[in-house]
Amino acid sequence: MSEEGVVKKLMYVNRKAPYGTIYALESLEVVLIGAAFDQQVSLAFVDDGVYQLARNQSTDGIGMKNFSPTYAALGDYDVRDIYVERESLEARGLTVEDLMPLTYEDEDDDWAEKESLRVVDSKELAALMSEQDIVLSF
Amino acid sequence: MKFGILVNEGPYQHQASDSAYQFTRAALTAGHEVFRIFFYHDGVNNGTRLTVPPQDDRNVVDRWSELAQEHSLDLVLCVAAAQRRGLLDADEAKRHKKDADNIAPGFRISGLGQLIEAAIQSDRLVTFGD
Repeated sequence: MSEEGVVKKLMYVNRKAPYGTIYALESLEVVLIGAAFDQQVSLAFVDDGVYQLARNQSTDGIGMKNFSPTYAALGDYDVRDIYVERESLEARGLTVEDLMPLTYEDEDDDWAEKESLRVVDSKELAALMSEQDIVLSF
Repeated sequence: MKFGILVNEGPYQHQASDSAYQFTRAALTAGHEVFRIFFYHDGVNNGTRLTVPPQDDRNVVDRWSELAQEHSLDLVLCVAAAQRRGLLDADEAKRHKKDADNIAPGFRISGLGQLIEAAIQSDRLVTFGD
C-alpha cells in the first residue's frame, strides 16, 4: 500500500506514560496501521514515554486493558528501529534491563533474531529527528 | 506548499483546535493547499454537530464546517477514536445499532490510513495538540 512508491522517513515520538491518558495506546494504533504503508519507520521513547516499554506491566488494579504485549509484536510489523532516550531513563531511575526485550527477525541474515531497541542520548536523538521527513509526536 | 493538518485535542477544552483553524485559514489565504485535516484523540470532538456553545462564544464546529465548504476541505475523523468517544455518522450508527448519529457537515469518518497518507502526500504535516 505504498503511496506511488514514495518512501519517507517517519518517526513516532512517544512522550507520555502508558496509562493516565490515551495517547500511548492511540499512538500504537497509528504505528500498526502505518506499517502497511511501507515507509521507513522508527519509534522514539522520551520523557514518561519510556514507561510504555517497562517490563511486567499489570493493569489489574486500574481496570484498563494492558496493551503492552503489542510492543513485542512491532518486529512483525517491520518496525526495527526503536530508540529510547538515555536521559529520560536515568531521570526515572530506569535502565534498559527494566524494559521489555524488543526484537525483529532479519530476513537478510537467515531470519536471525536481532535487537530493535537502542538507548541513545538526547543529542543522538535530536540528530535522528532532524533526518526525518515526518515526525508524529504523541 | 501542500499542508496536512493533525488536530489532537477537543474544542473549548484546548486551544489546539482554534490554532489549527487559524493556521489553516491563514495558509489558504496565502495561497497554500491543505491536503487534509485529520482529527485524532479527543480531536474527533471537533466533528459533533450537537455542540451548543454560549451565544457570545465562537462555534468551533460550525467554523470548521463553513471553512470546509468554502474551500472544499477534507475533514476526517479517525473511526476508532470517534467510535470510542461517541462520534458516529449515519452508516456507523446503523451498523452499531445506535439510535442517533452526530457528525457535523463537511466531516467524514475514516481510518488512520488517511493520516499516514496525508503525512506522505503533504510537504509538511503540522500537528496541533500537547
